[in-house]
Amino acid sequence: MSPLDPRALRRDFPILERTVAGHPLVYLDNAASSQKPRQVVEAMVDYYYHHHANVHRGAHTLSVEATELYEGARMRLARFLNAPGPEGVVFTRNTTEALNLVAASWGRANLQEGDEVVVSVAEHHANLVPWHFLQRELGIRVRAVGLTPEGRLDLEALEAAISERTRAVASFHMSNVLGTINPVRRLADLAHAVGAVMIVDGAQGAPHLPVDVTAMDCDFYAVSGHKMLGPTGVGGLWARPAILETMPPFLGGGEMIRKVSIEDSSYAGIPARFEAGTPPVAEAVGLAAAIDYLEGVGMEAVAAHDAALARYALDRLGAIDGLTLYGPREGERGGIVTFNLDGVHPHDVASALDAEGIAIRSGHHCAQPLGAVLGASASARASFYLYTTEDEIDRLVEALVRTRDFFKAFA
Amino acid sequence: MNGFLQSLYQDLILEHYHRPHHRGRLERASHTQEGINPSCGDELTLYLRVEDGVIRAVAFEGEGCAISQASASLMTDALEGASVARARELSEAFKAMIRGEPPSDDLGDLALLQGISKLHARVKCATLAWTTLDAALTD
Repeated sequence: MSPLDPRALRRDFPILERTVAGHPLVYLDNAASSQKPRQVVEAMVDYYYHHHANVHRGAHTLSVEATELYEGARMRLARFLNAPGPEGVVFTRNTTEALNLVAASWGRANLQEGDEVVVSVAEHHANLVPWHFLQRELGIRVRAVGLTPEGRLDLEALEAAISERTRAVASFHMSNVLGTINPVRRLADLAHAVGAVMIVDGAQGAPHLPVDVTAMDCDFYAVSGHKMLGPTGVGGLWARPAILETMPPFLGGGEMIRKVSIEDSSYAGIPARFEAGTPPVAEAVGLAAAIDYLEGVGMEAVAAHDAALARYALDRLGAIDGLTLYGPREGERGGIVTFNLDGVHPHDVASALDAEGIAIRSGHHCAQPLGAVLGASASARASFYLYTTEDEIDRLVEALVRTRDFFKAFA
Repeated sequence: MNGFLQSLYQDLILEHYHRPHHRGRLERASHTQEGINPSCGDELTLYLRVEDGVIRAVAFEGEGCAISQASASLMTDALEGASVARARELSEAFKAMIRGEPPSDDLGDLALLQGISKLHARVKCATLAWTTLDAALTD
């Protein structure tokens, strides 16, 4: 019994009705970006048709309505993450900007030469490059922990890596390559035991798993709207308010100030201090509609559906001769399945599948260090969501077998 | 497998992919150039031995997809024995073809990759070897 009915949900996603190369689209690139239900697009259209003005700075009706919608979106995101209140939610462009905000603001204010930020070898570049900036600028050290043979974070190695020099543990909730889910509460406890903060890259976690930042006891949780049915251009950072209060601004400009003279400026409280300039209001409205949609389906059901699809895909792909799977085969994991076909480069696999209307991702998935660990600098990735069906995975499997045979004929 | 894919991955392209020409390191190279496709991580090293304005020997190393490897292999066939000026002309002609212009007559087997001009996602794969050559010859 499926925890949700993907066929019924698909009716809300007009793009899933289109064809590619003469075939019904099979969209399996959800870890890169999800598709949007009508409800999200219509909420944004309604906002622009009836309520748009700049937020927080007008006495007129439209500005008040836009502000209420924008702040309402903040409250919805806070509730979605089970944060204690909206004041810890900062809207950003995406997860990448949220993690850059943490490094640039919290990192510059709190880190110095010799301090260590502990990450895993499976991080997305967005959780590595901002720390490399501080490595160059401040002389901190980025220390990476490896994986177990089945592709989960090596907790013993993590415990060994954490020391009194550790100031932050920064890792993913769900790996965008392996589908691995990190035991974030455990990581947070280890970080807090040495006085370090816990930073979570929630780009894949928020769309696919129930998130409870209070139960996780993390200090930062970063999300992207476009991976969770929302529009591009909006994401969020939840930060523990007591920490956010102490952090210097990220960008300067309108909206983030208290008082400005030619000589100097003072800054607004949280979260406004971190939202310089006109924010993505329509996008925040769209994100709120996406959250309503996800909550209507239920995040437990979404996670269970993803996990069931992953099990089905692992069984079926695992039975293909000449196909190598990466990531955990058993136990809790997300709906992301990464693989290679022997003797066929993943770009050629992706082109062959595209010719049958099947969209997957190929390449390094913005996680080049992990590619080096896996011994596969490039790989192919199929990632699922609440509208994905087992029939679509069957089509993937059939196309992969044809692709393998086509290329093998010339080897 | 549909016709478009078959026209893209023609026999000779797959032949070059599985048995590339001039693959390996070149001793006494006058030019060594690394090329990278940051969007996919594919890397290529191109070696040239240029004497008196003529490419006497050429070789390449690297890993990549069928398109990038076949393109590099076809390129090395075309470059061996060519003058540097001729190599630059070929590079311009090849890139023009990939941009969608009709292939010039003297491209020979390089014209097999014309189908890439209709597959925008793979343009960088086909041109990696040529942009690496351009970089090698800028000095």
